Amino acid sequence: MRWFRGTDEAQDKPVTKSSAHQRISRHSTGFTEFTRTLAGYKNPSVLDLGPTSSANISFLTGYGGRVYNEDILRAAREAASGLKQGEVAESLDPQSFFIENLAHPEHRFDAILCWDIPDYLHEALVKPMVERISTILKPGGVMLAFFHTKDAGPDSPYCRYHIGQREILELEPAPDFRLQRIFNNRHIENLFKEFSSLKFFLARDNIREVLAVR
Amino acid sequence: MWKSRPDDKPVTERPSPQPGPAPFANPASVSPASLSKDTRAAEPSKTNDTFRVEVAHIGKSVKVKGELSGSEDLYFDGEVEGSVDLCEHTLTVGPNGRIRANILAREIIVHGKIEGNLRASEKVELKKSCVLTGDISTQRIVIEDGAFFRGAIDIQKDGKPELKKAAIAVSADTTAMAASSPQVSLLHDE
Repeated sequence: MRWFRGTDEAQDKPVTKSSAHQRISRHSTGFTEFTRTLAGYKNPSVLDLGPTSSANISFLTGYGGRVYNEDILRAAREAASGLKQGEVAESLDPQSFFIENLAHPEHRFDAILCWDIPDYLHEALVKPMVERISTILKPGGVMLAFFHTKDAGPDSPYCRYHIGQREILELEPAPDFRLQRIFNNRHIENLFKEFSSLKFFLARDNIREVLAVR
Repeated sequence: MWKSRPDDKPVTERPSPQPGPAPFANPASVSPASLSKDTRAAEPSKTNDTFRVEVAHIGKSVKVKGELSGSEDLYFDGEVEGSVDLCEHTLTVGPNGRIRANILAREIIVHGKIEGNLRASEKVELKKSCVLTGDISTQRIVIEDGAFFRGAIDIQKDGKPELKKAAIAVSADTTAMAASSPQVSLLHDE
């Protein structure tokens, strides 16, 4: 695993200020597979862990089910906002964080969109978040997550994901968060060890798309 | 074109229940009798209020604890804790509005902060300054980029029976029910 948090490389560089609304469209095989699975459910419950996106809500409600939205990165930032930079890793208590966040009954969701949140989330929250996801996802349910590859640097912009069409995602650069680390395949497998299967799709833009089945 | 300023107040003109002279007709083209009638209509009058704009306004210094209910459109910029019931009318929560309550209305427009569930028989609009924690149940939803929403969304293909009934009760000849198909509008910042 390659770390950026706490290194000079990460801290010296200002957060990338990309101009908003310059959306980049990209084809996503992982998302195509995700929607294929979703189409098999009747009135699926879907949890979107990214920022609120009307495009995503529009697309997902089209399946006739319930859509839940919970911006985990923003919640983590708010939880850490009272702490000094050096204290965050030690003082951010996952237990209390997940009492208020991702607090859903077991096996509530048929599908979860995790996007690339693990790459940007505080280290203390990554593993507990994946554990919580595995709890609230139904057996056989799917989760889609994206991971940067080793070619990405600490200044890789954080992007909001908007669903364009069934196979197309639109990435909107947002200045809010900085890449914390890069997972390699083995770390990803360990992270999702509670899941029954993992499919990896390597995209051209240095993103590994992972479709995990509970 | 779709964005309204945070300080916009909803302006809803309630049409006359029966055909009559145009409420704001050119004075030059109407008789003195009808002119005086129009002038009266423009004033806040209990007896002839069908022509006036009916939006109640609650300012930011007002705090309410308990049940807030009404039978007219409401612009709310204060604080409320309890419940809000404007069954067949529009609620606009201003940028200073802070609501900790479940809300029932025909249309809900949110600029401020809400903790509670929203049930709108027709439409919910989340403006970019909106912070909503709670579930939404509606036929149509409009979300501006930048709005924060945490909760579940249920798009009702047909209004829930009790909501629909309430919406129809407004006026048989003026109520236009929202399209039956679910619709989410896409809005972006300028």
